[in-house]
Amino acid sequence: MIQLKDINKIYDDGFQALENINLTLEEGKINVLIGPSGCGKTTTMKLLNRLTEYTDGEILVDGESIQDLNPIEIRRKMGYVIQNIGLFPHMSIYDNVATVPKLLKWDKRKIKQKVHDLLHMVNLDPETYKGRYPSELSGGQQQRIGVIRALAAEPSTILMDEPFSALDPISREQLQDELVRLQEEINKTIVFVTHDMDEAIKIADQIILMKDGHIVQKGTPHDILANPANDFVKEFLGEDRLGSTLPSTSTFVNYNYPTITTDQTTNEAIEQMTSEQIDQLPVLDGDNRLQGMVQLYDLFRQQDQLIEAVMMNTNQHISEETETNQLVDIFTQKKEKYLPYVAKDGKFIGMIEQQQVFNSLQEFYRSKRGGQ
Amino acid sequence: MNFLTELSQYMMENSSELFALTIEHILMVAYGIGLALLVGVPMGIIAARFEKLAPFIISITNILQLIPSLAMLAILMLYLGLGFETMVVGLFLYSLLPIVRNTYVGIKEVDPSIMEAGKGSGMTTFQLLRKVQLPLSIPFLMAGLRVASVIAIAVACIGPYIGAEGLGKEIISGISLQSEVKIYAGAIPATILAIIADLCLGGIEKKTKKRIA
Repeated sequence: MIQLKDINKIYDDGFQALENINLTLEEGKINVLIGPSGCGKTTTMKLLNRLTEYTDGEILVDGESIQDLNPIEIRRKMGYVIQNIGLFPHMSIYDNVATVPKLLKWDKRKIKQKVHDLLHMVNLDPETYKGRYPSELSGGQQQRIGVIRALAAEPSTILMDEPFSALDPISREQLQDELVRLQEEINKTIVFVTHDMDEAIKIADQIILMKDGHIVQKGTPHDILANPANDFVKEFLGEDRLGSTLPSTSTFVNYNYPTITTDQTTNEAIEQMTSEQIDQLPVLDGDNRLQGMVQLYDLFRQQDQLIEAVMMNTNQHISEETETNQLVDIFTQKKEKYLPYVAKDGKFIGMIEQQQVFNSLQEFYRSKRGGQ
Repeated sequence: MNFLTELSQYMMENSSELFALTIEHILMVAYGIGLALLVGVPMGIIAARFEKLAPFIISITNILQLIPSLAMLAILMLYLGLGFETMVVGLFLYSLLPIVRNTYVGIKEVDPSIMEAGKGSGMTTFQLLRKVQLPLSIPFLMAGLRVASVIAIAVACIGPYIGAEGLGKEIISGISLQSEVKIYAGAIPATILAIIADLCLGGIEKKTKKRIA
């Protein structure tokens, strides 16, 4: 994990390139720094491997301040992919990929094994490609080599500076897909600089949107699309993208829906339902976990009993991870008016009403059509 | 036709002498250029590394190149005396400019993104130089070497004036004896040497460039 604390960078001429940057880059996530040119995104990234130094503040890598580390060693421990690919034209593909392991004086056999594995990983046949020179490869292939060169010494962090911006759209899409796939395989902390919002939304776990040297907003792509912090963010995202996100599932949840616990009686449940004018109640245990449901009409036949004895066990619920676009299908299949909404750990959060989902989606598509 | 037979007859008869002169000619040039490489490449590196020194270093080598060759050799003779070594020093000074300047340009011309990739991979300044900058400046250096060699082979022809031998000996004695045959017997091998050097080094230059492009 990398933490940036109160980072400022002021150039000698007084220009403040970065202002009060506070940022946590989570392990195993793709963190995308994005913003218009001159916003300080590349500078922020280059602070991490000390290609640029900051004026004050602190950067911690796994709790250790990078000022205490040797820049050469930091760079060998962090993979680095640059915008213009930057393969060494006088070295074969093999030597290019092996750059950092060779600097680290790895055993020859280990290097060979690693280069082969990496070439396989990006679907380039080692026997065919390892002896070739960069000029003999296409742009997309070259940047694949650029990416695996950064991976070769098994760094925990990889810095990528607009790595795909020079590529044609098809190669770019492919490499983005490959990066996401690779990330699932290798699970590194990736810091990715781009100015392309589509790219950011596609690959990011966390988007950090910057402007004029400070962070305007950070969050998951969904957070940013759903709740843009200000007009700048909205403008940067563009109307099309803003309009295209469905409201998140959590916006449909009725958090005040009454509940009942397993140790209460059916009479209490009936009373509660009649007073609230509803015909079903979610049943929770002492830990707020969803246990089942009770229906008003069932309870009339089973008065004076514990809820535990009469409730219907149910696994019909909507989990926190459900996407909005799946809601319609779920409701259509289950034919329920209400479904409980449950957190990842099984805790009850609230109820979602079918009618409300349908209404609001209808509203959404109407406004979208109107907008076009 | 008559002249050609005369010339070939002369060259056949004196072939061992001419061969020895050619070898000496080559040696003078090789030593001179070898020294120039030993001194010039580091000077080029220093100029590229310390930008403030660059104009200074380049101007000095430039001035050396501007001194007429006969004058330069005469001046050197005043201090170093007559002989082979003086000629080597002269050729060394003459070859410095193309070698220093081309090393400098070669290093400066390395694509900044390649430098950034090297730096970002954790290379030290020395490793960058050895693994990236120098290999990539080789085509430039080869071009400099080629120019230097052709110039040196030509300049070496005035060697006899300062007591060095080489193919110039035939040419100069041909001038004093007014012997056309002797002049050609020295000039033709010297020209062939220059052509061979130009072609070989040009070939190498092209080869190194091709890989890097």
